[in-house]
Amino acid sequence: MDIKKVHIVIPIVMAGIIGYFGTEIMDIKKVHILIPIVMAGIIGYLGTKIMDIKEVHILIPIVMAGIIGYLGQTDLNEAFSVLPSIPHISRPSSQPVRQVDLDETSLVISRQTDLNEAFSVLPRMSYPQPFVDKPQRTDVLLMSPWLAPIMWEGTFNRDILNAQYRQKKFVVGVATFAVKKYVRFIEGFLGSANKFFLSGHRVNFYLFTDHPEKVPSMKLAPEKSLFIIPVQNYSRWQDISMNRMDIISNRIRTHWHYEVDYLYSMDIDVQMFEHIGVEIIDTLVGTISSWQYTKPRDSNSYERRPESRAAIPSGEGDFYYAASFYGGSVSEVYKLTTACFKGVTEDRANGIEAKWHEESHLNKYLLYHKPTRLLSPEYYWDEELPRPQIIRVKRLSSVRKDLEEVRS
Amino acid sequence: MEICLFFLLHFRRHDLLESGEICSHTLPNPHSHICLDDSLEWASPLPSILPSLPRNLLHETTICRREARPAFPRWVFVLLCRLSYPQPRSLDQKRLDVLTLTPWLAPIVWEGTFNSELLDSAYKPLNLTIGVTAFAIGKYTMFVGRFVESAEKLFMKGYRVNYYIFTNDPQVIPRVQLQPGRSLSIVPIKKYSHWQEISMRRMEAINRHIAEVSHREVNYLFCLDIDMVFHNPWGVETLGEMVAAIHPGYYNVPRSQFPYERRSSSAAFIPDSQGDFYYAGAVFGGLLKQVYEFTRACHMTILADKANGIMAAWQEESHLNKRFFSHKPSKLLSPEYVWDDTKPKPPEVRLIRFSTVNKDYKEIRD
Repeated sequence: MDIKKVHIVIPIVMAGIIGYFGTEIMDIKKVHILIPIVMAGIIGYLGTKIMDIKEVHILIPIVMAGIIGYLGQTDLNEAFSVLPSIPHISRPSSQPVRQVDLDETSLVISRQTDLNEAFSVLPRMSYPQPFVDKPQRTDVLLMSPWLAPIMWEGTFNRDILNAQYRQKKFVVGVATFAVKKYVRFIEGFLGSANKFFLSGHRVNFYLFTDHPEKVPSMKLAPEKSLFIIPVQNYSRWQDISMNRMDIISNRIRTHWHYEVDYLYSMDIDVQMFEHIGVEIIDTLVGTISSWQYTKPRDSNSYERRPESRAAIPSGEGDFYYAASFYGGSVSEVYKLTTACFKGVTEDRANGIEAKWHEESHLNKYLLYHKPTRLLSPEYYWDEELPRPQIIRVKRLSSVRKDLEEVRS
Repeated sequence: MEICLFFLLHFRRHDLLESGEICSHTLPNPHSHICLDDSLEWASPLPSILPSLPRNLLHETTICRREARPAFPRWVFVLLCRLSYPQPRSLDQKRLDVLTLTPWLAPIVWEGTFNSELLDSAYKPLNLTIGVTAFAIGKYTMFVGRFVESAEKLFMKGYRVNYYIFTNDPQVIPRVQLQPGRSLSIVPIKKYSHWQEISMRRMEAINRHIAEVSHREVNYLFCLDIDMVFHNPWGVETLGEMVAAIHPGYYNVPRSQFPYERRSSSAAFIPDSQGDFYYAGAVFGGLLKQVYEFTRACHMTILADKANGIMAAWQEESHLNKRFFSHKPSKLLSPEYVWDDTKPKPPEVRLIRFSTVNKDYKEIRD
C-alpha cells in the first residue's frame, strides 16, 4: 500500500478529536488525551517502517483512542482526585441510598413482600418448639406494660431473627465519640464491635473525634465501614457529653437519614464480649441501667428539680435508662436527640445542669415516648458492678478506667 | 387549660422551630399543652394561628405530633397526660406460668402482661378506626345478634369500630343498636353449596373487600368467626402489624400433634418436625396492609390446592397456619382471645374474652 507519511496525520487527528470530545462528554482529564495520540503516532510511524501495515490497521489506534478515552473517566479519575491522608478511611457513598422522611415514625420497610413468595420465605431451619405453658425465664420481666419486649438471654432465637432481618437489607449506623483522652478506647471498641456487633450485617461506624490522626488503623469485616468525622472538643467533659445529642441530631438531618435506616449511639469506653445482634433493631430502643434496674421509681436518679427541663415528678417513671446505649429508627433518634438537646440548651439558659446531664433528658424523653423495645442490663453493664446470676451474659461492658484522669 | 386537639406538622416545621415561631418543649407541664386542630391546611401552617393565642401560654406549648399516615407498624407511644400506674419492675415477671414472648420476640398477650389504661392513653389520641369482618352465611346469620351486642359492650370500647358482616341474606341480619362512632355494614356475598367452600372463600372475600372498601375506612382489621361471643374486654393490646391467636385446643401439645396439613402434595404442608404454634382460624388481624397481603397469600395457596384437587385438613385454617409459619406474626393472642366453651378452663387462662357459642354443627352447616 502506498502510504505516505502525511497519511499518518489522519489517525492522530482523529484520536485528538475523539479525545477532545471525550473531555467534554466524559470528564477525562486533558492529559489522558496524549496517550491515544502518541500511540497512534508510534504505531503509524513504526508500522510503515517495520510492519506491513494495511489501511485497516490504522483503525486500531483510533479505536483504542476511543476506548481509552471512555474507560479513562472511570478509573483514572480516582487517581487524580484528592483523598484524605489517612488511608483506611472509606469514603461514604455520595448518592442518596435511601430517603427517610423525618416526619415518619415508622420502620422503613424497603420493599413490599413479594406476593409470589407465598410458600416459604424463611429458610428451613430446625429449632425447639416454643411451648405456651413453659416460659423461658421466670426471674425477669420480659415485656413492659405497653408490650415492648425486653431483651434477655434465653428469650429469643437469633437464627429466626437473622433470617427475618436479612430479607430487609437494612443498614445500621453507630455513632460514637472519642474526644481528648478517650481516643485510647477506640481500638478496644472497634475491635470488639467488629467481632460482636451485628456480626454479618451491614454497619456504618461513625467515629467523631478531635484527633483523627490518632485513630488506629484497623481492619474491619467487609460489611462494616468506618467513617471518621472531626469534631470540636470542649473544656468541660459534661459539655462534650451533652453536645453529642446536638451533633447527632444535625448529622442525621444532613447525612444519616440518607445513609442508614437505624442509628445507635454508644459510648466509646466500652468493650463487647458477646454477640449483640438484630434483636436490638426496633423503632425506639433504650437500655435499662445496670445500676438501677432493681430500684423503685422514686429512688431512680431522675432529675427532680422542677426548674430543669429534664424533671420527672415523683411517682412517675418506668425504668432508668442508660445514655450509653440507645437508638432506633433514624427518624425516632432524630426526634429524641433534638428534644433532649433542646432541653439541655434551655437548662443552660436558665443556669441549671441536670443531675446526670443528657442522661436525665433522655430519661424524661423515654418516659413520655415509650420505647418499642428495651435492652436488659446485659447490653450495658457497668464494669464496677459485680455480676449477679440474673445477668447470664455480659454482652457489652464499660472499660475500667480512672474517671478523674481520663476526663482531665 | 386543657385543650387537647392535634395538628399535623408541616415539613417546614424545622424552619418554624428555628425561626422561633413555635417552641417545642418536652412536656414541662403536661396540662398546659396545646395541640391545634388538624384541619389546618399545609399551605397555612402555624404562624397564622399563633397571634390569636395568649402569649404566656404559647411559651409553654408542647407540639404534639399527629402522625400524618396512621398505618405504622410500631407506634412510639406518646404520653400526653399524667398517668399514674404501677412501676414495671425488671425482676418482677408478671406471669410465671406462661410464655409471654415468642422466639422471634413477638409478644404473647395474656392477662397481667399489659396495662390497659396506659395503652388506651397512648392509642386513643391516634383516632384509629378498627374494622371487624365476620361471615354469616346460611344459618349462621342467627349468631349475628349476640356477636354484635357483646362486641358493643366489650370490643375496643371507646374506639371507632366498623363491623362488616358478609352474608348471602341481608334481610335476615338484625338491626342492633350501636354506640356512637360505630357502624355496621352488610356485604352481600354468594353462598356456596358446601360449608368447606364457604369457609375457604373467606380469604378471597376479605381481600377483595379491603381493596374495594375498607382501605378507606379503617386502620386495623380483625377477621373473626361469627359464631362466638365476647365475655371480657378485648382492647388495643391486641393491635399489631400482623396478629394471630393461639388455638385453645393445642396450646400445650407437641408440634408433631398439631393438626397441620401433613400431605406434602398440599401447599399448606408443614412437616412433623416444624411449627411454632397452632393458630386458630377464627381470629386473625392486624394493619390493613398486612391483612391484605396475608389474605391474598392464603387465597393463592388455597387455589393452588384446588388446582391439584386437594383440600387441606382444616380448610383455610391449615393455610393460615402455613402462612404464619413462614411469615411469623408480630403479635400473638393467648387462648383467652379465642376460647372453646366446651373445654374446661385451665389455670393459665385467667379470663375468657371471646369464645364459641354452643351449637349443633350438623344442624347449621347444611
